[in-house]
Amino acid sequence: MTDFLNSIIVLLNFIIIPGISYGSQLALGALGVTFVYAILRFANFAHGEIMSFGAMITILFTWFFQSQNIGLGIFPTALLALPLGITATIILCIISDKFVFQYYRYQKSVPVVLAMVSIGVMFVINAIIRIIIGTETIKFSDGQKFIMKAKQFKVMTGLNEGLALKSSQVITILITILLLTFTFWFLQKTKTGKSMRAFSDNEDLALLSGINPDRVVFTTWIIVGVLACVAGTLYGLDKSYKPIIYLNLVLPIFASAIVGGIGSPFGAVVGGYVIAFSEIMVTYAYKKFFVYLLPSSLEPTGLVQLLSTDYKFAVSFSILVIVLLIRPSGIFKGRVL
Amino acid sequence: MKFERYEWLAITIMISLFIFVGFIQGWSVSLVILNMCIISAIMTMGVNISWGYAGVINFGVMGFLAMGGLAAVLVSYPPIAESWQTGGRGLGISFALLIVLVIAVMYINKVIILKRNKYILNSLLIFFGILIIRHFYLNATHNIEDVNPAIAGFLGGLGLPIIFSWIVGGLFAAGVAFVIGKVALGLRSDYLAIVTLGISEIVVSILKHEEWLSRGVKNVIGLKRPVPYEIDLQNADWFINLITYLHSSKLNYIIDESDRQQVLNNLIIDGSGIFVKLSYAILFLIVMLIIFYFANKAQLSPWGRMMRAIRDNETAANAMGKDVVKQHLIIFVIGAAIVGVAGAMLVTLDGLFTPSGYRPLRFTFIIWIMVIVGGSGNNLGAIFGGFVIWFSWIEAAPLTTFIINQLTIGLEPTNALKLHLLDSVPYFRYLFMGLILLLILRYRPKGIIPEKVRHS
Repeated sequence: MTDFLNSIIVLLNFIIIPGISYGSQLALGALGVTFVYAILRFANFAHGEIMSFGAMITILFTWFFQSQNIGLGIFPTALLALPLGITATIILCIISDKFVFQYYRYQKSVPVVLAMVSIGVMFVINAIIRIIIGTETIKFSDGQKFIMKAKQFKVMTGLNEGLALKSSQVITILITILLLTFTFWFLQKTKTGKSMRAFSDNEDLALLSGINPDRVVFTTWIIVGVLACVAGTLYGLDKSYKPIIYLNLVLPIFASAIVGGIGSPFGAVVGGYVIAFSEIMVTYAYKKFFVYLLPSSLEPTGLVQLLSTDYKFAVSFSILVIVLLIRPSGIFKGRVL
Repeated sequence: MKFERYEWLAITIMISLFIFVGFIQGWSVSLVILNMCIISAIMTMGVNISWGYAGVINFGVMGFLAMGGLAAVLVSYPPIAESWQTGGRGLGISFALLIVLVIAVMYINKVIILKRNKYILNSLLIFFGILIIRHFYLNATHNIEDVNPAIAGFLGGLGLPIIFSWIVGGLFAAGVAFVIGKVALGLRSDYLAIVTLGISEIVVSILKHEEWLSRGVKNVIGLKRPVPYEIDLQNADWFINLITYLHSSKLNYIIDESDRQQVLNNLIIDGSGIFVKLSYAILFLIVMLIIFYFANKAQLSPWGRMMRAIRDNETAANAMGKDVVKQHLIIFVIGAAIVGVAGAMLVTLDGLFTPSGYRPLRFTFIIWIMVIVGGSGNNLGAIFGGFVIWFSWIEAAPLTTFIINQLTIGLEPTNALKLHLLDSVPYFRYLFMGLILLLILRYRPKGIIPEKVRHS
């Protein structure tokens, strides 16, 4: 029985908890991509950099608060700086829309031109981030690091395996639940949310019904800014902030959005978790797990690992390709590609 | 091929830029930039062929470049007999099994009609097949990677002259492009962009981590050059005579014998470097002109006309009986092959293969900026874009330093802002690239040298 419990704890500690927190970060990112895709109808390559920008502003304010000795006790100071980061990110989104994207929207450019434009925006934001904060890895999480340490858990339960719970993981999960609930409530219940859904569904019909497209777009950028900044900050809080990493994060985010069915917010969230869990599950070495479960005569000799961890990122693209081959509209029917 | 006046202007600008740099920063710098410009121009032509002719987007540039680089290693590196002995058979068996597995899956797909049974059988077959293959494969690769890991640890190549790899690189890239095209070309353009970007990441991560094949992150160094080495030149009589002859007027002024020898030695060292770079430039230029010639021929041929028809209205072209899917695949493969050639040339120029150096920002997005800025659908535009963008990519740093120094001239040299700005000079090039792309897309969406509209 304890062996069984131990194996469960191994799974929880190395797969489920990291999977949920990484999945939440991806889900928030993918939700932002999906919003841009559904309302503005293009693949926003700059999304990773927008996330990075939000995280950067949050870090700058965190440093400011830390220097002023303002803190939240056991919680990371970044939470206090997050609203300011969100505001800055929203401003960035709206500026980039006003000066760049709006023109092409009025021109009714094809999506691929807008995608190119977003690459230009990506370069500019990328440069701004590097100029302001450099390319070093930054750790900005403070406060209490662990809610439960592996050792504590072992003493508490008497099991062999420890269960560590980082506070950044718990914060990630809580904030994600909060934000997702709010977003879906907003989409389903409020008038603006309904008009956004209508606009995404059929633009011409929405315009005929008197929906103001500029307002819909404005609201979209606000939501995208909030989601991007929170996702970026949470990722940085969890794994330390590195400006270059966000460019690599764009592809798993796109993969999540497409796997779930692009243009479908619920799909994006599910896609995020699907991608996160498959990345972790395919590259995890299950040896420990089987050692507890199987009798000693059957114990595995190798690591029981499907793919080496080097291929972590490759997994998400492979899933993307497979999904596009088998079910191009994604798990939850998004737009047909 | 007749050039318009503005095209001559563009060519003149390109040439005079290099002469300018040659006088300001030295001919060596100028030639280094020129070599990379030519390679960039070839990459850009490759992308331009698929995007400009037929509207097929290819964001997998990085992957195809890496395949070209792999070709350079596999063609030119001398074979490592020991690795073949320890691991060759295991690898052979696993590849044979892989082929058997693929054939078996295809057979099942054909024979079994019920969809559910097909899926179950296939997944079982693939699962157990891979388990068996893994056994042989991991053993073999492990053995290979254990062979003298400090300098070898991989299979090596064929030991042929590296110049053959330029063709092989094209073929490698074409092979990968064929598979990608078969899988993904049915998608809408922006999804195709994402998918090709993703697959190119997969290609690079395979090259990074399959050490038996490419030595992975340990890099392959010391690839043989197609041009002479500086040290050989410095000891060759004909080269010393050439340098003496070229600088005879200058050398004759120096009366003291030992001084004269000193000056001559310096000139020979400088000259050998320039000679090597110049020979590279000539080789690359030949390749570029060949590709340019055929790309233009193809564009003006009936086939090129069909490609434009498909690009401009796929449905109509389809209705006229053109096989759109097939043509898309063909042009995607051709474009990728040219990028692969450029990839092999890139590794040839560097003499080393570093899989971890392939990053999408540098090797996919910059190339796309070149295409957009130069003018999609125009080969001269592609070359121009390659030259101008690479040139500004390199020269952005000195320019930024100059601008920052001018702007902050009133500040103390120890001013924190000034120091910070000067520290981040290398990052300003991204800003320039982004701004150039945005400005071109806004005010000259067809590029600097747009496609010529032909009415015939």
